[in-house]
Amino acid sequence: MLVYWELFLAFFIPNIIGYGGGPAIIPLIEAEVVGRYGWMSPQEFAETLALGNALPSPIATKMAGYVGYDVAGIGGALVAIFATVVPSLLLMLGALGLLYRHRDSPRVKRMSQWVRPVIAMMMAWLTWSFFSEGLNSAGLLHTVLIGVASAIALLHFRTHPAFVVLAALVYGGLFLS
Amino acid sequence: MTPSPDKAPFSALFWAFTRIGLLGFGGGPAMIPLVQQEVVKRHAWLNDEEFADVLAIGNTLPGPIATKMPGYIGYRVAGATGCAIAVTAVILPMVVAMIALLALFSSYRHVAWIHGMGQAVVPVVMVMMGQLTLDFWNKSRLALGWAVSLAMAMVAGALIYLLGVHPGWVIGAVLAAALLRPSSRRRAP
Repeated sequence: MLVYWELFLAFFIPNIIGYGGGPAIIPLIEAEVVGRYGWMSPQEFAETLALGNALPSPIATKMAGYVGYDVAGIGGALVAIFATVVPSLLLMLGALGLLYRHRDSPRVKRMSQWVRPVIAMMMAWLTWSFFSEGLNSAGLLHTVLIGVASAIALLHFRTHPAFVVLAALVYGGLFLS
Repeated sequence: MTPSPDKAPFSALFWAFTRIGLLGFGGGPAMIPLVQQEVVKRHAWLNDEEFADVLAIGNTLPGPIATKMPGYIGYRVAGATGCAIAVTAVILPMVVAMIALLALFSSYRHVAWIHGMGQAVVPVVMVMMGQLTLDFWNKSRLALGWAVSLAMAMVAGALIYLLGVHPGWVIGAVLAAALLRPSSRRRAP
């Protein structure tokens, strides 16, 4: 039972404080899943995120579904998805009138604006931790090579993330075994 | 609050949000134009103005936008069942695909070339996370100015990574401050 409660908290907390949609929630989930509960290694989290970015549909629920399944099977997946989706949806349906009056309020705008630098900091930290994870597993040469190639593909040529992940999988299968 | 013109709202909701779920890459915020295409243009469940309001209301709350919008729209078109159908349709297919693919991958992790594939995606994810960092930093810089953004990021970073404060407390404090501070004050340059 405890594991379901922990899964609920691990996904409820990021989703109830994370402004800025699914992507903003990723570093908060990493803090729970890798940092606090140690359910996944940084390597496993990176793999999950890579596949999550290669498939369509919202990222937060895909992460919740897989992490929940990995920790406690189908029941775990359901608990994690429930904690991701239901609380903020219930708030939206329940407090619609109140929210409607405040939808353009400067205070509400300020909430999402003020959270952004904190999220940006956590994202920068996560970027760094993926870099050091890459150094530990693939080594400096491969990390820099794959990093530069995928940066050029994603930022300059606007290649679809699914193809970039696929190309990296092929490269890894051939050169990192 | 007009009744839906669809004769079978449940299946219309199901297929509309299945399409959104399967075509929407890049996480929730990137999916909003697809939601608008289906909900406003194709099915006329909401008009443009209502859609903008729902989006604005969704953004006043935390959590993924790509489940709040389908949930609200499904509820409005066909009640609690509609809500459940819309949310399930948008998330379920890819959650199942994700679990199936990663479970398969994990069971062959000991094979050398599969292990190599796993290692090779780490730098890709690093670049993607770097891209998101830049995106959030630029938005923050435009809204708050770079000095305020940098100061907030540094203080938050020190609290979370040097002192080990749980990020929930840090963000909770920021949200409380943003909500409680009088709004008549001029915003930071």
